[in-house]
Amino acid sequence: MKPFDPKAQLNDVLTSLPPSGIRKLFDIAAGMDGVISLGIGEPDFITPWHIRNAGIHSLEKGRTQYTANAGLKELRAETARYLRRRFGLEYGPENILITVGGSEAIDLTMRAFIRPGDEVIVPQPSFVCYGPLAALAGARPVYVELKPEDGFKLTPDALKAALTPRTKLLVLPFPNNPTGSIMTAAELEAIAEVLRGTDVMVLSDEIYGELTYTEARHVSIASLPGMKERTVIVGGFSKAYAMTGWRLGYAVSPVEVNAALTKLHQYAIMCAPTTSQYAALEALSAGDNDIEEMKREYNYRRRFIVKGFNDLGLNCVMPDGAFYCFPDISSTGLCSDEFCRRLLEEQKIALVPGNAFGRSGEGHVRVSYAYSIEHIKLALAGIQKFLDSLIP
Amino acid sequence: MNDIEILELLDKDSALTAADIAVMLGKSEDEVKAIIDRCKAEGIIVGNKVMINWRKTDRELVTALIELKVTPQFGRGFDQIAERFYQYDQVKSVYLMSGTYDLALQIEGKNLNEVALFVAEKLAPMEAVVSTATHFVLKKYKEDGIMFEEAEKDDRQVMLF
Repeated sequence: MKPFDPKAQLNDVLTSLPPSGIRKLFDIAAGMDGVISLGIGEPDFITPWHIRNAGIHSLEKGRTQYTANAGLKELRAETARYLRRRFGLEYGPENILITVGGSEAIDLTMRAFIRPGDEVIVPQPSFVCYGPLAALAGARPVYVELKPEDGFKLTPDALKAALTPRTKLLVLPFPNNPTGSIMTAAELEAIAEVLRGTDVMVLSDEIYGELTYTEARHVSIASLPGMKERTVIVGGFSKAYAMTGWRLGYAVSPVEVNAALTKLHQYAIMCAPTTSQYAALEALSAGDNDIEEMKREYNYRRRFIVKGFNDLGLNCVMPDGAFYCFPDISSTGLCSDEFCRRLLEEQKIALVPGNAFGRSGEGHVRVSYAYSIEHIKLALAGIQKFLDSLIP
Repeated sequence: MNDIEILELLDKDSALTAADIAVMLGKSEDEVKAIIDRCKAEGIIVGNKVMINWRKTDRELVTALIELKVTPQFGRGFDQIAERFYQYDQVKSVYLMSGTYDLALQIEGKNLNEVALFVAEKLAPMEAVVSTATHFVLKKYKEDGIMFEEAEKDDRQVMLF
């Protein structure tokens, strides 16, 4: 009898997904001492104390049981108030599902809509999960390359070119990880105009919605005429309130869609963590100021790091959102992988190669500025040394 | 341009240079320098300090907070008395307070005895002083917004996101 191989029993779609290329690089980094990283996509702030304390208080009160499947009613109501106050969006608690991070909301949305053979349009560079989750749900991901000359924004022409009768879902990943690009109301309107009259749904991943540095606040495509009924907004607490480890996010959608998402969530998850929900309630009701404070700090660093890269001779456009910049390293003659590998080996500085976020990210590196100015200065000095060493 | 924003940045980290601040705010270095110079000239920026946790060094140091009840001087209120206190090098801070006492002093010395003697010999006998209460600081947890006992370290996991 041949030995049983559990690996052979795994889902083919899962096993055929490309392994993350960055993993390898970070495994090397993890084994090195004294690495200066600008690679982490997570706030360096910790959750403000009043929010942590609200979580602790809920534990003291013995709130250790399940909540309603869709999440605490107060939290959903507070989320609705928050969306109105911060983004002018009109929703009620019946439109909101509290999820385990924005990631679960993305997964649920894919699984709720995708039928075998559907296509999901994924603009890239973008967060790495959309394509794999779409594929696992049975769809074919259709990647649209965002171009530096378009400011890494989705254009109506690029969207039109990708649309087919099988298109089920458009992923709108703005403010964008890794490029920091955002879509203005006018730019979104042009996208909305292409979608009106089609059957295409929109998954608008607005997890970085609080982190924009332009005068105008972030605009959700759901606020445009005819879009609310076809949009699922994915949001969360991780980036806005520095709550990554609490694993809490939400999906906002039309009532019927929310009911379907809730059904799925109920089977897969039961409910989001109770302690996190109580902490999130405090965050939404009393945390606006925390967001402003952190955003101010990110903005200082954003200006600092972008100037730093441009001074190094690596062209870097000023990003309008999130906490990343995406400098162009093609002038070095190295590809993104090679640049990052050598920078790590020679100067112990960890950046993420741009192509990890899609083919169109080649020639760029993702730089997180969720680091102190002091740390950023150290990293820039190391990159300078590396660039000097490239000159023969 | 907002002076307050520059002052807040320096308040958090006095080691920031005008060049750094200029980049962080998207202004020119000359503009920032001019504001800092003016703030110094106008007595808005009155000094630069580094925060040190002396407990982690060999230096002997005790800190005491002294509550003082005093009789104000005719025509000059508390200012003249306060001045008599703050001229001493041992006196690190002097505040005029609302509430059950008038002045709060922070005093530093090598040991308890030195501080106690200073209070007994220099402060208490002053004419205007009605009473004193000395409280020794046993441990500093946080000062001027800086935590003293928790080293900040970055323990974020290496993740893609």
